[in-house]
Amino acid sequence: MALSKNLSKALKDLSDGVAGIHVWPMLAWQEVRQRYRRSVLGPFWLTISTGVLLGAMGPLYGRLFNQDLAAYFPHLAIGFVIWMLIAGLINEGCNAFIAAEGLIKQTPMPLSIHVLQVVCRNLIIFAHHLVIVAVVLLVFTPEFGRGIVLVPVAVLVLAANGVWVGLLAGLLCARFRDVPLIVQSVVQVSFFLTPVLWKAGSLGRFDWVATWNPFYHFLEIVRAPLMGQPVPWQSWGAVFAMTAVGYVLALAFFARYRARIAYWV
Amino acid sequence: MSVSSAHILARDVHVEFPIYGGRSRSFKNVVLRAATGGLIAEDAAHRVVVKALNGVSFEISEGDRVGLVGHNGSGKSTLLRVLVGAYEPVSGSVDVQGQVASMLNITLGMDYEATGYENIFVRGVIMGFKPSEIKPLVEEIVAFSELGDYIDMPMRTYSSGMAVRLAFAVSTCVTADILLMDEWLSVGDESFQSKARERLRKLVDQAKILVLASHDEALIRSNCNKIMRLSHGDLISFESC
Repeated sequence: MALSKNLSKALKDLSDGVAGIHVWPMLAWQEVRQRYRRSVLGPFWLTISTGVLLGAMGPLYGRLFNQDLAAYFPHLAIGFVIWMLIAGLINEGCNAFIAAEGLIKQTPMPLSIHVLQVVCRNLIIFAHHLVIVAVVLLVFTPEFGRGIVLVPVAVLVLAANGVWVGLLAGLLCARFRDVPLIVQSVVQVSFFLTPVLWKAGSLGRFDWVATWNPFYHFLEIVRAPLMGQPVPWQSWGAVFAMTAVGYVLALAFFARYRARIAYWV
Repeated sequence: MSVSSAHILARDVHVEFPIYGGRSRSFKNVVLRAATGGLIAEDAAHRVVVKALNGVSFEISEGDRVGLVGHNGSGKSTLLRVLVGAYEPVSGSVDVQGQVASMLNITLGMDYEATGYENIFVRGVIMGFKPSEIKPLVEEIVAFSELGDYIDMPMRTYSSGMAVRLAFAVSTCVTADILLMDEWLSVGDESFQSKARERLRKLVDQAKILVLASHDEALIRSNCNKIMRLSHGDLISFESC
């Protein structure tokens, strides 16, 4: 009884949040602009700094790993941009509620708004990074298969996963203030364990590091079609399984503790 | 949307704030507590809780002008936040019928790097309006705030008085069934003050319910027809005056 009431309140919070489409994109934009206000290029500074980083890293690691640059550079650049989105969703999801303390304590806004704002903000930043992807694709021109049409869908799937991650991580981090730090270091280590700098299939008998790495599959559904490669069905399967499990888990926690968040932040 | 009758019904409302120090708030402690069982588990029993509202029940009906009085920490602000809908009571229930306008923090959400014009929309959206509902009010808000060309300047260039004038103009541009205020709003220099007083008066008069928290008894007696006294989270009395 109490459970189903909590669950319906949580679902209502979520649907009210999504319906607040005039709220979270605006707050997200405002925050992006706030970060880069008074600079001439604005958020494109991010694009430039990431571009410079990749310009240095690509040839360096390509040489280190003895890779053909024409194949390695797009793999690294596109993978890195997608990784920035994944890492941003997770790291900033941790602060979704903590950062919105003022609004949470003084307004009846649905809490999911703050998570949607984080997701939206990261999509905006990702959109700026797409310039890099476009340039790389223009220079290295891989042959796209039909899979290319699924890229926008894959990005939306990533964003949808950002929502449950934000709900769950935001809630845990509001309650336990060390969790953001733990998450940050896990994400940092995961960068090296995920095939961004290296390619899946190059580890021999240690290849399970890639195949059992959840980040790999999220990365692959966006990257592979952009590289003109087919997405392994296992990747879509893994992504859908994680999406389903993630939402069930996040909703369970959110239903149980939603009303407490205002007291925790 | 406005409903036919505004109404607030609170039944046995409890609000408690858990106080997490550096110790109990850390993940380590909870993990350790689970692992070691007995010893640190005492920690859980001794968790410090501040009881902000202690089983408060009342009913406020249309036409009521409620003055909320009590010393610092008596639970006035907490009660207002419960009525806004930010805090859900730990136990008990609150039923609020009618559109609520909160004057608890009129600058909430404003971004000092953004222009005054942009902030009108930010404030409006945070108050729960759609941009399309705010648009027709913008001209009047700008005129009232007397900011002139400054409205297109970033808010960081404003004097504190100008910023508050804008916040006041936005926050009071709407009508609501239930008006919540923490102390009477008083903004601007002398000439602006009289204008602001008049505007606030109009807002208060058209509201079906007013809940005003204040330390100023004279203010409450001149504006309210009921007084609710809180002390240490308990409702001491709620009567007409």
